[in-house]
Amino acid sequence: MTFQEKLYQNFIEDKRYLYLLNGLGNTLRITVLALLLGLVVGTLIAVVRTTSDKTGKLRILNIIAKIYLTVIRGTPVMVQLLIIYYVIFASSRADKWLIAALAFGLNSGAYVAEIIRSGIMSIEAGQMEAGRSLGFSYAATMRYIIAPQAFKNVLPALANEFIVLLKETSVSGYIGIADLTRGGDIIRSVTYEAFLPLIAVALIYLVIVMGLSAAVGKLERRLRTSERK
Amino acid sequence: MSVSSEVLIKVDHLKKHFGELDVLNDISTEIRKGEVIAIIGPSGCGKSTFLRSLNLLETPTGGTITFEGVDITDKKVNVDKMRQKIGMVFQQFNLFPHMTIKKNIMLAPTKLGLMTKEEASARADELLERVGLPDKANQYPDMLSGGQKQRIAIARALAMNPDVMLFDEPTSALDPEMVGEVLELMKELAEDGMTMVVVTHEMGFAREVATRVLFIDEGVIKEENTPKEFFANPKNPRLRDFLSKVL
Repeated sequence: MTFQEKLYQNFIEDKRYLYLLNGLGNTLRITVLALLLGLVVGTLIAVVRTTSDKTGKLRILNIIAKIYLTVIRGTPVMVQLLIIYYVIFASSRADKWLIAALAFGLNSGAYVAEIIRSGIMSIEAGQMEAGRSLGFSYAATMRYIIAPQAFKNVLPALANEFIVLLKETSVSGYIGIADLTRGGDIIRSVTYEAFLPLIAVALIYLVIVMGLSAAVGKLERRLRTSERK
Repeated sequence: MSVSSEVLIKVDHLKKHFGELDVLNDISTEIRKGEVIAIIGPSGCGKSTFLRSLNLLETPTGGTITFEGVDITDKKVNVDKMRQKIGMVFQQFNLFPHMTIKKNIMLAPTKLGLMTKEEASARADELLERVGLPDKANQYPDMLSGGQKQRIAIARALAMNPDVMLFDEPTSALDPEMVGEVLELMKELAEDGMTMVVVTHEMGFAREVATRVLFIDEGVIKEENTPKEFFANPKNPRLRDFLSKVL
């Protein structure tokens, strides 16, 4: 078989490209929802942790947050996905992709929390004092003064986390979701051709990650206008 | 430059300890409207802690601080509200690096709902004029020299129209040639009748501008007097020793 024939067989015949296209759709859906969930969960936990460290309030919440971080970061994401799907949602009819997004979001939240916390801690104490001395509350100082600076500092680390998240969703197939990786694998199992479908899958991930990196680089440069040079 | 009899801040048996370490040991004093108080003392004597207690950046472990008739050490008092009337200038400036100079000045009055954007903008322009940096409005703090940063920090505090200004070693982080411009601005403020409490190592400023000088050592006020008497006739032996080293 020539290369052209192989291309035709793997992607065009029986509209097999749809496995990749639909798979990509599922992958992106799961990633975007998990990303948002991770940001929300991560930010909340980071706020609880830093507020507790700095003011001594929220003691109970801080303990819960610490347990959450330990458990999530101490177990593989695939095991978490399987437990959430087969144990916690065993008798539920919720959409599989929603369950996957929940699992990846909760997982990502733990890492995002530590990234954001390190960002908040990287802002010198004088900024908080300046805000408070003007009459801002702790929360308002966080919002107007600390958070914007912290966000700028953690943007590269956050982008990295999102890239990791996108790639981690490739284990979604284990709960029967036809994501991008599973799509490529299905083509392989039908055509008995491993090279083309799997390379195609890899290239699609690569292009998305490169696009994401470029977008973040642009955002970083825009946020850096306040610095010298 | 006239000192009224109205007491703005009354400090009563103020104590502060960090663990076993007693930093402030029973300090009492009154600060009247229009006074310019210079606080001097050896490093680690507690003078900065005392100043920072006045707006509760440090929480006292004993005693009371009464500001405009309200005991601000009372847990029920809204400290944020009180701090709006107490401006503070820091050694390290602490400008907000992610905002332009003008935004730095406008942030608190607008977000705290004291002024509209237009009012705050007009006030910022006026203050920039006053501190001599109207051309810096749209620049970012990192583009400014230390002296310029500190003048902006003063403008930012003034934007809240405070009743008193606290200065925590405002010239200590500056290159020598920039000390003068900041002290000059502070002198103008004093002449306009602003009540000021200044922790400083600038004896010249204490002598010329202050209406009263406090010497804090080992967590207590060891001596306080008019600048003239304070420098000409120091009574406390520790103060005499200190002055002989710095003058």
